[in-house]
Amino acid sequence: MADLQLINVEKAYGEVKVLANINLDIKKGELIVFVGPSGCGKSTLLRMIAGLEKITAGDFLIDGERMNDVPPAQRGIAMVFQSYALYPHMTVRDNMSFALKIAKKSPAEIEAAVAKAARILQLEPYLDRLPKALSGGQRQRVAIGRSIVRDPKVYLFDEPLSNLDAALRVATRIEIAQLKESMPHSTMIYVTHDQVEAMTLATRIVVLAGGGISQVGAPLELYERPQNEFVAQFIGSPAMNLMAGEVVETGPQTRVMLANGGVAVSSVPTIQSDRGRRVNIGVRPEDLLATTGAAIFTGEVEFTEALGEVTLLYCKRQGKDAQVVAKLPGIHNELRRKTVSLGADPAKVHLFADGQSLLYR
Amino acid sequence: MDNIVGKKPALTWAVNISMAVLVALWLFPTLGLLVSSFRTADQIASSGWWSSLGTQERQVPAIRVEGTEVEVDGRFVIEGRLFDTTDARVSAWGTSSRQPEAYAPGQVVDLDGGATLTVIEDGTYVLSSPVTTEGTRLPRIFSTAATPPEFTTENYRAILFDPKNTDGMAKAFFNTLTVTIPATIIPILVAAFAAYALAWMDFPGRALLIAAIVGLLVVPLQLALIPLLKLHNDIGIGKGYLGTWLAHTGFGLPLAIYLLRNYMVGLPRDIIECAKVDGASDFQIFTRIILPLSFPALASFAIFQFLWTWNDLLVALVFLIDSTGETTVMTKQIVELLGTRGGNWEVLATAAFISIAVPLMVFFAMQKYLVRGLLAGSVK
Repeated sequence: MADLQLINVEKAYGEVKVLANINLDIKKGELIVFVGPSGCGKSTLLRMIAGLEKITAGDFLIDGERMNDVPPAQRGIAMVFQSYALYPHMTVRDNMSFALKIAKKSPAEIEAAVAKAARILQLEPYLDRLPKALSGGQRQRVAIGRSIVRDPKVYLFDEPLSNLDAALRVATRIEIAQLKESMPHSTMIYVTHDQVEAMTLATRIVVLAGGGISQVGAPLELYERPQNEFVAQFIGSPAMNLMAGEVVETGPQTRVMLANGGVAVSSVPTIQSDRGRRVNIGVRPEDLLATTGAAIFTGEVEFTEALGEVTLLYCKRQGKDAQVVAKLPGIHNELRRKTVSLGADPAKVHLFADGQSLLYR
Repeated sequence: MDNIVGKKPALTWAVNISMAVLVALWLFPTLGLLVSSFRTADQIASSGWWSSLGTQERQVPAIRVEGTEVEVDGRFVIEGRLFDTTDARVSAWGTSSRQPEAYAPGQVVDLDGGATLTVIEDGTYVLSSPVTTEGTRLPRIFSTAATPPEFTTENYRAILFDPKNTDGMAKAFFNTLTVTIPATIIPILVAAFAAYALAWMDFPGRALLIAAIVGLLVVPLQLALIPLLKLHNDIGIGKGYLGTWLAHTGFGLPLAIYLLRNYMVGLPRDIIECAKVDGASDFQIFTRIILPLSFPALASFAIFQFLWTWNDLLVALVFLIDSTGETTVMTKQIVELLGTRGGNWEVLATAAFISIAVPLMVFFAMQKYLVRGLLAGSVK
């Protein structure tokens, strides 16, 4: 229920800057997901928003009000921790009402808020249990319930699903999505290293890398139009194939002569002066198809992984350059040790020069 | 591959033996003290405490025949019993100290002047004389008898409940409690606050303070005794309970803060941060979250502090006990007893056992916290 603004936010430990030039506008009702490799500072950024870490430079505003030096409790936020952080000596009910008791709300008000949150999260049968008597998923729900009762302006989730097993993670992810749907006006910020969570939950994804923001955008925008090689390879699994080459033909469509001998056509437009420029083309494994025409890549399949619905082909040209991964629908174990020619729809071929996408210049 | 998980280490037997030795070392003296405190001075003098647990055969001191004379068939008969209990078994008896085991039970023995005496196995005797024995000295009976264990609570009554006994422990017991209980509670209260601040609050000089506390751990207490007493006298506290509490608090604080801080530092950071986000102040975090979660460490330190203040003699001598003797504590009282009643083992054993009874109860009631506290901060 609030707009958040981060303006040139920076975090430094002594001389070491771990985050710099963070500029981000978060609209009311958005669910923003921070993703990035471990150590990129995504949790630190969340903790700075929560007020648990000092913001060493820049401004952080909630609804236009500067929050840099406001203590966590007065920022109108609620946080769900990775470890759940339930108070182990209190029952579920006491855990959920703790913040309201501290805020000196009336008992009737507390009772109503807890009952409502328990109903939403189906925690009613467990209200008088201690956290140690709950399963992982139930603990996670209590942690979420604890933030719901406070009715905060902003919900913060710090890798809330990473301690759950795979099946429970899917179930809880769907619950969080439903929760968000039932509270369309609340703003949520969600930190994860799991792409699937990011892609399914986010209104917009913020990809963090190397102490800054790599790209901000809707999940499919990041997938279809990555701004740079890092985002291109980070979003999607297996990662996008990058192949070096040289622009030989410019115009609305670009033709690239690849170092591995292949030829790629991309529908990314280029200008005259780009001719001869060294670029990387990027093709997602799922966009590579077996072809009989001009191939982007020709090489031997070293290894296959059949997953049922798709088969992953790990291909390599004899003793040369990097591995190329292709994802073909169906089961293709027979392709092992065979030579394949792979091509792609020009619309699916990305162009990067100096790590940046040529789409965005 | 000798240390595969689940395989018993080769030295299990060594561990078991040393355990057994340790248990024996601790158990036997304590048990001996306990048993001795329930025996009379005579019993302690004539046999060891271990033999008192079963039936024991021993020579009974001479018992003079006594009883009402009854005339039966022209003879004057006295019947009586050697022992109060009916469980004793006489194995031999005699009438002179030179031959205390001359006769077998049931044997009829002729005495001077036609009198006969017989003692049967259960200790009843019959003296039969042709003339009245009125006014004469009756014979003594020496016997060797197997008597069942016999214990008495007389020692405890004398030491604890006899108001005329100037060597009594009752007053000292309550004085010791008066010293110990506040001397345990005050440092916990102070140390818990300090430990929280040192563990979870950011302020300049925190690391230095922690280092200073670790340093204070190794300062011998004797160093501070006299300066502290002078200080107490100068500020008008003098000798008394207040001064003793303060001294015990001071001497206990470094260990208390150190133990509790180590424990609190190990509590999950997320929980404390969550409480902060929930709006709790530092004081609320301390009272609502940290204190309940630190209960094992608090309990274990309480045991440590209680045990050493209970057994303390030095601090009490310096800061508490004055010439009136009104404020004597148990350790001091036992020292006194060693002087005045040094030969009375039953008194000493009882006094000693009274003074170890409370620590024993504390130990058994809270032993799980003691172990947990010993490990505080050393393992996660």
